[in-house]
Amino acid sequence: MADKKPLVKEFTKGLIAENPVLRLVLGTCPTLAVSTSVMGALGMGAAASIVLICSNIVISALRKIIPGKVRIPAYIVIIASFVTIVQMLVKAFVPEIDESLGVYLPLIVVNCIILGRAEAFAGKNSVIASAFDGMGMGVGFTAALLAMAFIRELIGTGAINGTQIFPADFSMLIFILPPGGFFVFGMLIAVANKLAEKKGKPKAELHGCESCPMAASCSLINSGESCDVKEATVK
Amino acid sequence: MTMTKELMGILLTAILTENFLLSKFLGICPFLGVSKKLNTATGMSMAVIFVMLLSTAVTYPINKFILVPSGLAYLQTIVFILVIAALVQLVEIVLKKYIPSLYSALGIYLPLITTNCAVLGVVILNVDNGYNFAYSMINTLGAGLGFLVAMVMFAGVRERLESCDVPKFLQGLPITLVAASLTSISFLGFTGIVDGIFD
Repeated sequence: MADKKPLVKEFTKGLIAENPVLRLVLGTCPTLAVSTSVMGALGMGAAASIVLICSNIVISALRKIIPGKVRIPAYIVIIASFVTIVQMLVKAFVPEIDESLGVYLPLIVVNCIILGRAEAFAGKNSVIASAFDGMGMGVGFTAALLAMAFIRELIGTGAINGTQIFPADFSMLIFILPPGGFFVFGMLIAVANKLAEKKGKPKAELHGCESCPMAASCSLINSGESCDVKEATVK
Repeated sequence: MTMTKELMGILLTAILTENFLLSKFLGICPFLGVSKKLNTATGMSMAVIFVMLLSTAVTYPINKFILVPSGLAYLQTIVFILVIAALVQLVEIVLKKYIPSLYSALGIYLPLITTNCAVLGVVILNVDNGYNFAYSMINTLGAGLGFLVAMVMFAGVRERLESCDVPKFLQGLPITLVAASLTSISFLGFTGIVDGIFD
């Protein structure tokens, strides 16, 4: 059914309406960690997007072959393979990006955006639609990362990628330290919520369990024990 | 003596100055997701410590005796994530069958941990830092304890937050992140403390 939708829509939904970071609240770890500099954010966004598009295409192409019961391990192997390829390419051609991303580059494997899209979209839709979905989500992720990195680097150091915008004496170092990451992310989500509210859409919430790739095997859902953020915000 | 000193240094650094949640941002999903109640926060952290230690104990020999000698070090990411995923499944089955009391305490958190970046993160960091087995285990223990400390602290903050009058546009996730930011500031105070102790 989703195949009938225009492909442009699969692409654009990832940019704003379903922005993976600000609306779906996925992939928070890399978002907070690598948004201290615009270059790092760009590298992370590009690397994750490439993995996302490739894994979406392959998973969607194999969706009829992979048995339902072992689909999560199968997805993880496919994603990990692409992450390894990207890791080797980055190490070979842009070592400075590899240095600034450090451990977060191999950790793209466990980025919930990628496994989440595999489970929610690529496993059910055609190859071309999945490719466009991957592109949209990748660009949306990169855009959100860049927005955060821009704010943090500008306020934190007074410069963007080495170009001084205002004197460093007036910068607030805390913005590029970890607390600044949480704060800027919170503010961006608040703004995104406000914009969504105007359009009558629900607030961004922590994905709780519905979109979590482990949902099927997770007993927390059945016990109703956790995934408590949602009920807290709805109340 | 120097060895003990170094081990203590690694342990304290991992708990305080390089806290996994508050300064490395690894494992943010459970940090924001299951930190609303103190008991769930503790249970989740215990499960994370358990899986982290087990994963390090298993992946270290695999890396050292199989991957590196065969020149397959580039397969680390794939092998580690598969080993962790398989291990978590195995632990779940074993606990369910043989230690039901432990399973009822930790079991429900186990599936969530497979794709938790804190577990894969600590394993990869140990390899990147070139730690030997003892250092790896201590670093892992420190990372896990740091996770526990941050989770428990943050659960306390969130319980207080429940009764606060939050401005409308900040309600929900934004105020949680601002609270996390403030919790993180308190950990900035530990900067340099480890070097200070051991100098």
